[in-house]
Amino acid sequence: MPLLDRTARSFLLLEILSGMAITLRYFFKRKATLNYPYEKNAISPRFKGEHALRRYPNGEERCIACKLCEAICPAQAITIEAEPRADGSRRATRYDIDMTKCIYCGLCEEACPVDAIVEGPNFEFATETREELLYDKQKLLDNGDRWEPELAKRLELDAPYR
Amino acid sequence: MSGGLHEAAPGRALRTLDLERHTVNVGPQHPATHGVLRLIMELEGETVTRADPHIGLLHRGTEKLIEYKSYLQAVPYFDRLDYVSPMCCEHAFALATEKLLGITVPDRGQWIRVLFSEITRILNHLLTIVHLALDIGAQSPSLWGYEEREKLLSFHEAVSGARFHANYFRPGGVSKDLPAGLADEIWAWSETFPKFLADLQNLLNDNRIFRQRLVDIGIISAEDALGMGFSGPNLRAAGIAWDLRRAQPYDKYGKVEFDIPVGRHGDCFDRYLVRINEMGESLKIIRQALQKMPQGPVKVQDNKITPPKRAEMKRSMEALIHHFKLYTEGYHVPAGTTYTAVEAPKGEFGVYLIADGTNHPYRCKIRATGFSHLQALEMMSKGHLLADAIAVLGSIDIVFGEVDR
Repeated sequence: MPLLDRTARSFLLLEILSGMAITLRYFFKRKATLNYPYEKNAISPRFKGEHALRRYPNGEERCIACKLCEAICPAQAITIEAEPRADGSRRATRYDIDMTKCIYCGLCEEACPVDAIVEGPNFEFATETREELLYDKQKLLDNGDRWEPELAKRLELDAPYR
Repeated sequence: MSGGLHEAAPGRALRTLDLERHTVNVGPQHPATHGVLRLIMELEGETVTRADPHIGLLHRGTEKLIEYKSYLQAVPYFDRLDYVSPMCCEHAFALATEKLLGITVPDRGQWIRVLFSEITRILNHLLTIVHLALDIGAQSPSLWGYEEREKLLSFHEAVSGARFHANYFRPGGVSKDLPAGLADEIWAWSETFPKFLADLQNLLNDNRIFRQRLVDIGIISAEDALGMGFSGPNLRAAGIAWDLRRAQPYDKYGKVEFDIPVGRHGDCFDRYLVRINEMGESLKIIRQALQKMPQGPVKVQDNKITPPKRAEMKRSMEALIHHFKLYTEGYHVPAGTTYTAVEAPKGEFGVYLIADGTNHPYRCKIRATGFSHLQALEMMSKGHLLADAIAVLGSIDIVFGEVDR
């Protein structure tokens, strides 16, 4: 009997037909794809994207050039030089991130004691040349100004866990 | 050409040219080689007589790099070994470091690690199975599998901020607690996943094309599998119920119930079946972990090893000093050696760590799972057709990030 059963199943192409039935069911399911540049997936507040240097609400830059991020960076992508400013406060004269070296591990953000360097929600920063990915301090501060509302929101949402 | 039609010209010896035997180069840039594998194959007609894997095209010197990094900085390198199951690689390093430090992670931290190790296992097996199907010509499973993987990767992203290179398991626990609501989301997903798994099995298990391409292809006996250093699903498919989660439970694996799927023939189809059944078992563990997870800290509450809370760091001078010490010098690990292995989705992933009392490892040898599986490729594909060798390659589940290190 099992032989007959097996032969019948084989000749009637049962497993092929049931497979096609599944395929047909999936064909009419709601689509899972997104129309990318116009639709995007939601990302969590912890997302590790493009870097930004933040400022205090009064416009003063947060970074105090303590170089913790430079020390912890496993890829050695960060270079900082610092000097006291005219008003006596210590600030970075140079803050470069080589985005081609960066491995987006998020340790710089964890290390920063003043929430200055953060990895923001932006993941669309592809460039046409390699040189454009060597970010300097101005570029990072501009990023911070551009993304500040979102950066502040994500830090606020993630604060209980950090 | 034997028995050629042309007679040799008078005075000249007949030269026989064997056109049936030839050497072909598969890869390194071929999608069926699952990464950058260069395979030199000697074929007789279409039958494989020799398959010689050339590896090392993705060598990045991870082991050497780790010798110059502090223990905290070394963690992201483990994501990039087996990039299909990143968190399990981190797990091995975290456990090895904890063993040398002599610390125990709080319960919640251990459960979170179990939870995410199993999510990673499902991620890995989903990719392997659908790519095996893709290698032998079935396209829809791969598209559906990716949809399911995307849901799981969003859990990865919610806890760590990255879909793949998580940097989440740290020596001493995990970097952050689960965000509120994530446990419910994972639970909701775990209720829909069996349906998908059933669909996948209905589509593939009995399909005659799938079976014809996999049954009795690339058979390896239990003795040979042991001799070749197999582990994980490939060893279990050969009939040996060896699973490190059961044999030497780490973290909370001793407290969960699950079965070990074991194959009987050691062929490609058994390797497929073991993996697809393991996903069901992982799902059981995920549900148990969510149920049994207590509240509490997720990392060791010792600021000499794990950084203090940020709010505390901004208020307390002592916490600030700990914070600065940890992110510049890191912690010193007492001199000692350990071999710590975890049951990664692909098999036994081990870290042999030698500490010399400084803040960075003296040596970190990584036991990659795929390396020993790949060396059996010739044994398994000899005598089969060229297309079957690709099926064998797909079924042993190799990733070059860890083979080449």
